Amino acid sequence: MTEVVIAGIGQTEVGEHWDIGLRDLAFLAIQNAVKDSGGLKPQSLFVGNMLAPNLSNQAHLGALLADYAGLLGIEAVTIEAAGASGGAALRQGYLAVASGFVDVALVVGVEKFTDKVGSSVDAALATTGDSDFESIQGMTPAAQAALLMKRYIHEYETPKDAFAGFALTAHANGVANKNAMFRKAIKPETYAKAEMVSDLLNMFDMAPNADGAAALLLTRADLIPSGHQNPLVKIIGSAASSDTLALHDRKDMLYFDTAQISAGKAMKQAGLTLDKINFFEYHDTFGIYAALQLEAVGFAIKGKGWKLAADNEIGLKGKIPCATMGGMKARGFAGGAAGVYQAVDAVTQLRGQAEANQIENAKVGLIQSLGGPASTAVSHILQRL
Amino acid sequence: MTTPHTHSPTLLKPAKPVGIIGYGAYVPRFRLPAKEVARVWTGKSGGLPIKEKAVPGLDEDVITMSIEAARNAMKRAQIDPTELRAVWVGSESHPYAVKPTSTLVAEAIGAVPNTQAADWEFACKAGTEALVAAMGLVGSGMGHYAMAIGMDTAQGKPGDALEYTAGAGGGAYILGPAEESLAQINFSYSFVTDTPDFWRREYQKYPEHGMRFTGEPAYFKHITEAATHLMQAAGTTAKDYKWAVFHQPNTKFPQRVAGQLGFSAEQIEPGLLVPVIGNTYAGAAMIGLTATLDIAQPGDRILVVSFGSGAGSDAFDITVTDKITGRAGLAVKTQEYISRRTEIDYATYVRYRGKLAMK
Repeated sequence: MTEVVIAGIGQTEVGEHWDIGLRDLAFLAIQNAVKDSGGLKPQSLFVGNMLAPNLSNQAHLGALLADYAGLLGIEAVTIEAAGASGGAALRQGYLAVASGFVDVALVVGVEKFTDKVGSSVDAALATTGDSDFESIQGMTPAAQAALLMKRYIHEYETPKDAFAGFALTAHANGVANKNAMFRKAIKPETYAKAEMVSDLLNMFDMAPNADGAAALLLTRADLIPSGHQNPLVKIIGSAASSDTLALHDRKDMLYFDTAQISAGKAMKQAGLTLDKINFFEYHDTFGIYAALQLEAVGFAIKGKGWKLAADNEIGLKGKIPCATMGGMKARGFAGGAAGVYQAVDAVTQLRGQAEANQIENAKVGLIQSLGGPASTAVSHILQRL
Repeated sequence: MTTPHTHSPTLLKPAKPVGIIGYGAYVPRFRLPAKEVARVWTGKSGGLPIKEKAVPGLDEDVITMSIEAARNAMKRAQIDPTELRAVWVGSESHPYAVKPTSTLVAEAIGAVPNTQAADWEFACKAGTEALVAAMGLVGSGMGHYAMAIGMDTAQGKPGDALEYTAGAGGGAYILGPAEESLAQINFSYSFVTDTPDFWRREYQKYPEHGMRFTGEPAYFKHITEAATHLMQAAGTTAKDYKWAVFHQPNTKFPQRVAGQLGFSAEQIEPGLLVPVIGNTYAGAAMIGLTATLDIAQPGDRILVVSFGSGAGSDAFDITVTDKITGRAGLAVKTQEYISRRTEIDYATYVRYRGKLAMK
């Protein structure tokens, strides 16, 4: 199979981009990625987007963005898998290049949350759940996470602030990331005082929804332009898995099967064991999900994922650094772009360009993008060449 | 960040110098504590944007309240009401959709019939808009005196974030030649864009708003632009002003924008009334200035910046003159209205504000 490298990365700041729209955001990220690659010209565009038909009244993003980016004529489609849309788009780009049918694939994740405000955003997000059985009862992603959090604390008899460490780490790592929405470290007291969102889940237990776009150019090593300056990063593992949307259909609500399956398959493909992974970009839309991913992937045993955060083993100098550029909690959760931002962050680490956030000897990184409560999980393993 | 101007911003400066001859405030007696709103709607959870808001009584509306403020202004101006060539009232809560508030106010204070009268509308800056127009009327020499009022009985949908703050009150100003004035308005500057952050369509009872969109791209953007460009054109900085008044939809916004523009907590303190009377919409910047004039001394320079959704800001550069001495005591002071306080509960508020649908 053809080796696939990430030759270009691009991103916009994550935040409230009131003054520009969906297509502008995507274009900015694409422009940055093309420039970063040394001018690669894609033949295929895979757009990761979660809610544009609802939030922005805009479907058919493939052709729209190809046009806006001056790439008319190329193949262009949208990939949607709720919060995992970015990871899923990356996988399609990877498969396209790996298959040999496509020389250069452009992957762009984009979301424009602020086209709507307030409860309309919650209603849009709720469409990613099981409409007939959950959303219709008023369930939203935050409510699902709150239920899981409550169950976790009950089952494993953890302290109530068990998940504080995830927010503290993310905010500490966001300080030096100029593209992060929140660049301020928080104290445990700040976490303790935070306003409740959905019983037990407070403002710091969840990532803020925000606008943003991130882009990647994938190609083969032999097609890298001669002027390319950056160290190359290879995708050595890629896998995805699906589970039920509704929590009541799960055998064990507190075990993210898809996180285990997709990470396991990706590692098998890469021929790696867990101890070879230098850092993990998890999908921390909610602190509880970060804990459940650490457990499912195997960094912690069941019921102990939170301890890694509480003991600061997920910090930049910890056993398994996570959310190294601020994660979704501090950078902001840009919906369908979130999974692409993970790849951008991982490439930044592997190239050694993470500056104040640089992990020593970063050679291999695992990124995992989730849709809903791991109803979809997409895992990729990236390695510095 | 402010928008770079392709040409220098145009200060609005009257041909003849203009000033404030008289001013007056009005705040209704009743107070609804924000914690009462929280008790009914959120089970007391969440932060409170203010301490309490002023609520008009059963027999009060923008007309009666405007008359009170206008009479206070007349007491301080000590002029013959028939000398007023305009009576203008800016509000979001004119009692009639068709039939002016201003004619009734003009009649009540004895300004009719040889006068202009009109109602102004621009969300929360309708009052300062009337003030700019009055500067024009007097500054051009068309009339010797003109009255501009900003007054509101603000609307907020029950349970909405606005219900905590939508208050009642405002201020009235009589403008005339600078040499007669207790405070000269040196110039003003207006900054306006089409920014739909807050609106109420015809036949709707309550306004709607764009939530966080009302912050950065609306309130902060327009106030910052107006204040910055006025100060740049005037060659002033925050330190040149003794006092400053900013539109005040809640406690945090004016405090934050003041800090961003380089003003201290002390400079905005006398005019920051929102914590105790709520957001008086078109009355907010106007009554912030009456409270400031109540304590101002000759020579004090004051910056006033309003904000109206939709959106725009009017900024004013004002210098207090020697004639201020002794004027505050000629009518009820703003703080006296604020301390004249009867607390009510949510149920009484619902009755007074007609929030129960009876048929």
